[in-house]
Amino acid sequence: MKKKAAIIGSGNIGTDLMIKIIRNSPALTMGCLVGIDPNSDGLARAQRMGIEICSTGIDGLIQMPIWSEIDVIFDATSAKAHHYNFDKIKAFPTKKVVDLTPAAIGPYMIPAVNLDAELNQKLGLNTDLHHTLNYNMVTCGGQATIPIVAAVSRIAHVYYGEIVASIASKSAGPGTRANIDEFTQTTAEAIQHVGGADRGKAIIVLNPAEPPLVMRDTVFTLSEPSDREKIRASIHAMVAEVQRYVPGYSLHQEIQFDDIPEENPVFIEGIGYKYGLKTTVLLQVIGAGHYLPEYAGNLDIMTSAALAIGEKMIES
Amino acid sequence: MSKKQVYIQDVTLRDGMHAIRHQYDKKRLKDIAIGLDKAGVDAIEIAHGDGLSGGSFNYGFGAHTDWDWLEGIAAELNHAVLTTLLLPGIGTIDDLKKAHALGVKSVRIATHCTEADVSKQHIEAAKKLGMDVGGFLMMAHMNEPQKLAEQAQLMESYGADCVYITDSAGALMMDGVIDRMKAFQDTLSDDTEIGIHCHHNLSLGVANTIVAMQHGATRLDASLSGMGAGAGNCPLEVLIAVLNKMGQATQADVNQLMDLADDVIRPLQERPVRVDRETLSLGYAGVYSSFLLHSERAAQKYGLNTADILQELGRRKMVGGQEDMIVDVALDMVNKK
Repeated sequence: MKKKAAIIGSGNIGTDLMIKIIRNSPALTMGCLVGIDPNSDGLARAQRMGIEICSTGIDGLIQMPIWSEIDVIFDATSAKAHHYNFDKIKAFPTKKVVDLTPAAIGPYMIPAVNLDAELNQKLGLNTDLHHTLNYNMVTCGGQATIPIVAAVSRIAHVYYGEIVASIASKSAGPGTRANIDEFTQTTAEAIQHVGGADRGKAIIVLNPAEPPLVMRDTVFTLSEPSDREKIRASIHAMVAEVQRYVPGYSLHQEIQFDDIPEENPVFIEGIGYKYGLKTTVLLQVIGAGHYLPEYAGNLDIMTSAALAIGEKMIES
Repeated sequence: MSKKQVYIQDVTLRDGMHAIRHQYDKKRLKDIAIGLDKAGVDAIEIAHGDGLSGGSFNYGFGAHTDWDWLEGIAAELNHAVLTTLLLPGIGTIDDLKKAHALGVKSVRIATHCTEADVSKQHIEAAKKLGMDVGGFLMMAHMNEPQKLAEQAQLMESYGADCVYITDSAGALMMDGVIDRMKAFQDTLSDDTEIGIHCHHNLSLGVANTIVAMQHGATRLDASLSGMGAGAGNCPLEVLIAVLNKMGQATQADVNQLMDLADDVIRPLQERPVRVDRETLSLGYAGVYSSFLLHSERAAQKYGLNTADILQELGRRKMVGGQEDMIVDVALDMVNKK
């Protein structure tokens, strides 16, 4: 029998995730969509689809009869709200939490990296799906790019990983806009902790073009000099792995390599002068078009990754 | 016309970074800052060309960190305010605090001309630190006057003391500046100053700055010999000469500025900062001026024409910060061949 999920947050991310659970999940069914604005589009849509709703946040949800049946809670609110929500939820230690905010109370989770036994060991991630109560999904840009940093890390030591995420203005909701620093800081940290880079940097750009542009992500790594063909093969294998849960994820161009020679190194804040192999990977993420149209790959990669993990966390 | 004194902000040591791939030597930068202070400019902006923490593969690593460049400058300035630039999405509030601790008293928070709401966190944080804050609406030619003014109003509501019309692509013409100035004047409170930041890609850097002033702008950006991205900014020494002839008071000394421009700045330029085929293409196609050197490098590497790459970037509506898309465009062009 399918287990029940609750989603807190009825904005773009929460609503998209709800649609994915209803349409695609073999293991989960929607128990309740929780918001704080009874007039939100997300709650209205849930109601039309016959899904139970709650418009009084986590406190309201805990009072509802359905609460006892919920096995996994997805939090798609904000970092600040997640601290409040998790405080309440952790009094019920059988419930698993997937955190889609940048709060990062629990460990970072990038499915293609954490669930790969070899990478998990090599990068010292200690992934434990059965005992961890709360996993953090980093950011949309992190979900798209950190697998690539890790794919280089499994071949060569990565001194520096940098990512640029370009998303359509229309796909960035008010939560994302009000907390742009949390995006850059959380992503940069996860490039180090999950991607295996000594130093991480993240950049996000909003583009308002009409019609909206599909999400693009670029990854640059500087690693020790290494076998380019091995790195190329590792990245291709990783892209295929991510595609298993995000079908619209692809390489937009062939992987580019440049030598940074010892006599002309680059100066990187925090780690100083470095030389080696620069790898450039240009990605594209086409959304599944569940809640927002296809350009919103940023939504799709986040909710697809969260759903994949939610399903794994409740496997008994 | 107002004869009220205008506020001249120099950007040689920030926008000028783009022209030399962010490679100012620390000692040289300090000497230039001291020279500008002596010459009487009101504010001196120092940062990586793409703002605090802009050093990256995407935008180019600097010769130094922002902190190394800024360190020890504030103590040397007698007249000018030390300022910096921050682009949300690249730099963070932590970076702003570090700059503030190094004596930076004023900051501009820059967003694309339709995305002012991402600056709220940073403008509020800067005001909390007691800083003077400018909102910097980049690529201003891409938003129509009234909508741009509404974005300016958002920045004003977050606490900005001044909001800028930032013509990052050097694509605005004089009527376009005037229309935006009028919309700003009608929309913003009288207490909020209006600033103008030009690029010289259509040779209108000085003209656009002057018409903005004639329509109420009180903060004017310029740089020595125009040292800046693309065909450069409004050239500072020229602007001061023109203001002098107009009888518009400033504190700046045109002779000292001419000497600095020709004796110190021009010799640093690896690629002349001027209107030519490539930089004119920026203004003509409405492309972010900082894309210039990156596009020239991509053209060389992939055997393409710089102007073709720039025009394709314009067609794709790329905005400031999307330097990674230059290689993407170049590879698409190679694949098509």
